[in-house]
Amino acid sequence: MAASASRRLGRLERPAMTGVLVREVVNFSSFWRATTFSSTVEPTIYLLAFGFGFGSLVSEVAGYDYVEFVGTGTVATAVLFSSAFPAMFGTFIKYKFQRTYDAILAAPVDTEELVTAEALWIATRAGVYGCVPLLVALVFGLDPAFGMLAVPGIAFVAGFGWACFGIAIAGFISSIDNFNYVISAVLTPLFLVAGTFFPLSELPEWAQVAGNFNPLHHCVELVRHAAFGWEGWSDLGRLGVLVAFGLAAWRVAIRAMTRKLVD
Amino acid sequence: MNGQLAIRLRGVVKRYGPITAVDGLDLDVPEGTCVGLLGPNGAGKSTTMRLLTAQAIADEGELEVLGFRLPGESKAARAQCGVVPQLDNLDVTLTVEQNLLVFTHLYRVGRSERREAIERSLKTANLADRRDTKVDKLSGGMRRRLLIARALVHRPRLVLLDEPTVGLDPQVRQELWALIDALRAEGTTILMSTHYIEEAERLADTVLIMAHGGAVAAGPPSQLVAEHAGREAVEVYGPPARLAEVEAAAAAVALRTRRTGTSVSVLGVDGADGRAPEGQRRPTNLEDVFVLLTGEEIG
Repeated sequence: MAASASRRLGRLERPAMTGVLVREVVNFSSFWRATTFSSTVEPTIYLLAFGFGFGSLVSEVAGYDYVEFVGTGTVATAVLFSSAFPAMFGTFIKYKFQRTYDAILAAPVDTEELVTAEALWIATRAGVYGCVPLLVALVFGLDPAFGMLAVPGIAFVAGFGWACFGIAIAGFISSIDNFNYVISAVLTPLFLVAGTFFPLSELPEWAQVAGNFNPLHHCVELVRHAAFGWEGWSDLGRLGVLVAFGLAAWRVAIRAMTRKLVD
Repeated sequence: MNGQLAIRLRGVVKRYGPITAVDGLDLDVPEGTCVGLLGPNGAGKSTTMRLLTAQAIADEGELEVLGFRLPGESKAARAQCGVVPQLDNLDVTLTVEQNLLVFTHLYRVGRSERREAIERSLKTANLADRRDTKVDKLSGGMRRRLLIARALVHRPRLVLLDEPTVGLDPQVRQELWALIDALRAEGTTILMSTHYIEEAERLADTVLIMAHGGAVAAGPPSQLVAEHAGREAVEVYGPPARLAEVEAAAAAVALRTRRTGTSVSVLGVDGADGRAPEGQRRPTNLEDVFVLLTGEEIG
């Protein structure tokens, strides 16, 4: 018994996850330009459209200059767009069309390691691309602050959760068209009611309560506080929500993909 | 050959809902041999392959690969196996060399050995001059060779080939046979599934014929032929009514027959003087055994 246990390779091994990460990094080298382009242009457009379009009507929101309000808020948008979406579509395509996972799981890599490594990789990308709107906002006049150095970390934690969410969805659905349900019914409302473009405090009470269950909202608030001043315990609580969301989505993603990949 | 088994399956059953894909399969692959899993489509060959990498989990039975029990110790077994899948799953936007590099990591080839492993694989697959070519620019045959090379970067003790030449033209197929044969000559253990009889006949030391999820016969190709089809067959051509007559007559004198679309082959006619019908004599082959045992002529 002991002998057979010692021959068994462990769970969540570093070499296995490194293998999956190397595949992602090498692949990324062939399409990073397109990804970087869309990740930069998209938040810039949001910032211009909302910040200046809407900003001409409202100059101040919740005590902030509107351009700064949106500039910090769209970090969460960038995180969502660079994590949940690549996770959903990338996972499904690698599973269904490229059959990449068949090749990876034939190697000494388990589903748990595969999912974890992919989520970590997407989270890393979200950590980097999440900063782009902030940089754009700095160009448009947002004052730099030391707290902003925490933004990549916040974007990483939130990105990990959304990546796992996306992988889990890809594990549950059977056809690529089904993503439309998730995008329309889940992601779009969460994206709009996150406090990115308008503060939740303007909404009815029930919507404000519901907003506390939206991880994106906590990401928005954390980034804003990083730029304009921390709020102590409540920010720690928000970080706790993001971590809890990440851990829960991680386990669900592993379960969903195991069901999908191992008959 | 040292008598050790690289693969040992006993009473393996795998069900998908109401369908039993593998039904009580026993399979032995001795180290250093090449075993061919021969069977028609749907016989359970691909499911068997997936069971061996724990990408499918058996409902019943015992599975051992390189001494590791599956599925619990599958990862340790997979570390020493190379898998060539039936469906191409190369990273098409990467170069030949990048594909191999990724797999040296997935198969945990040490940092100092990676370069050499990649060069060796490129050479084996005869792709050294294509190292910088992107996969989507390769021909079908080259992609197949790369799939095989990719499975060899870590010098596996056991190689699983799932329909290695399916859908390729004859010339490319022969090229791949040479590659597989070279692997076999080096002493690598091979389990290969195929529905091409010639492939099994040429490459496999032992053939296991599968039908409906189970083994219907196993042994060296020549022995299987001698045992089930005799040495010679008579081929009789004619209209369907005539063929039915020949079959009935052969059955009456205890000779086995098989249909081949336009003719009936009466098998084992050597030493059956007088009982055999008139027709074209030919040596029997593995295809006769295959058709006889898998009941393909009915379907």
